[in-house]
Amino acid sequence: MAEIIGGVGCSHVPAVGAAFDKGRTEEPYWKPYFDKLPPAREWIERMAPDVCIIVYNDHASAFDLRMIPTFALGVADEYPIADEGFGQRPVPTVYGHSDLSWHLAESLILDEFDMTLVNEMPVDHGLTVPLSVMYGHREQWPCRIVPIMVNVVQYPPPTGHRCWRLGQAIRRAVQSYSGSERVMVFGTGGLSHQIHGERAGLINTAWDHAFLDRLVADPEAAAAIPHLEYLREAGAEGIEMVMWLVMRGALSGQVTEAYRASHVPTSNTHNGLLLLEDHGGPAVPAVHR
Amino acid sequence: MAYRDEERDYDDIPGTYVFDGRRSRQGYHLNMFCMSLLDERNREAFRADEAAYLDRFPLSPEQREAILERQWSRMLQLGGNIYYFYKLGACDGLSFQQVAAAQVGVTEQEYVDMMVHGGRSIEGNRSRRESGGSRG
Repeated sequence: MAEIIGGVGCSHVPAVGAAFDKGRTEEPYWKPYFDKLPPAREWIERMAPDVCIIVYNDHASAFDLRMIPTFALGVADEYPIADEGFGQRPVPTVYGHSDLSWHLAESLILDEFDMTLVNEMPVDHGLTVPLSVMYGHREQWPCRIVPIMVNVVQYPPPTGHRCWRLGQAIRRAVQSYSGSERVMVFGTGGLSHQIHGERAGLINTAWDHAFLDRLVADPEAAAAIPHLEYLREAGAEGIEMVMWLVMRGALSGQVTEAYRASHVPTSNTHNGLLLLEDHGGPAVPAVHR
Repeated sequence: MAYRDEERDYDDIPGTYVFDGRRSRQGYHLNMFCMSLLDERNREAFRADEAAYLDRFPLSPEQREAILERQWSRMLQLGGNIYYFYKLGACDGLSFQQVAAAQVGVTEQEYVDMMVHGGRSIEGNRSRRESGGSRG
């Protein structure tokens, strides 16, 4: 039986990727942020997942307004790095796990989560920046990666509660997989930020930390937060934080917070990093059967 | 009452243009023009003759002018989405924070300084009632 060993919550700020790629991590602006990463990298090295399921959003790279899936699951063995207008990020190719993906597809859809299935999907900074944050510079990523794309660009994104329940369904799916993979689930994006309009630059660290506290200790309360509260308190683009609920839903009730760090600013964003170790437990049964 | 006329609970958040169906409908061609700039050949064609390139897209006269004049806030008001219209900014060689500063109406340095000092405070910025009626 495959098992979920933990979860990572991680912002996916494009400027972090650019600073990392261009070797600017020691500059005064970036150093305080990058100095917070070594404990996270040591942790994931020790946890050694075989597969990372990365819940992220596409930023008008692979998808655009012609077609807007709410939840899309990558089922390929390989995902190219997107060119977001500056050339591809110089990071290793993302190799998938097609067999696990198709198991997830079957399990999730029969579990009433109507995923869009995607064979060809370039992955943008939403997915690759968290990999750089957690693994640093690599010749190749030390794990297989299963991308789950969530629409958060076109309002409305799925509710926090729906994301939380998708996470629970992912746990059921992973635990029913016949392989022996150790799986880490990433929720990415956030924390508070707004990058458009006259209110651009909004940061609300107090709200963010209250959100993280609830996410760890009382995730059902976090899952009940309505969209209006994210938009108002965490900035219009802070609504990405619903993706952290997919990660938390995939974990059991028995988690330990292994590490938390945050930093203002990384470009326009309160940057957050949260590592949760899962002590195991059965999946929550599906409610519809 | 049509969908587009329904009031939204988030309409009172100041300086914020939630990219809902109303804006997506209005800005579809503007945003898809921006999307086309992901392709280097299209960027070259656009730079060579901006007006002629824009003829490929059924834009409103206002959207066309906002693009040609690089009026970022106006693009937002005409249905543009930041993830799309920043592709035009990138094509022009602008940093993200330059485009953000333009929407706020401050210089890039003022914007960067605000972020370095912790960003824009939530206090006074939750709703237009709280902020004394600033538009958004």
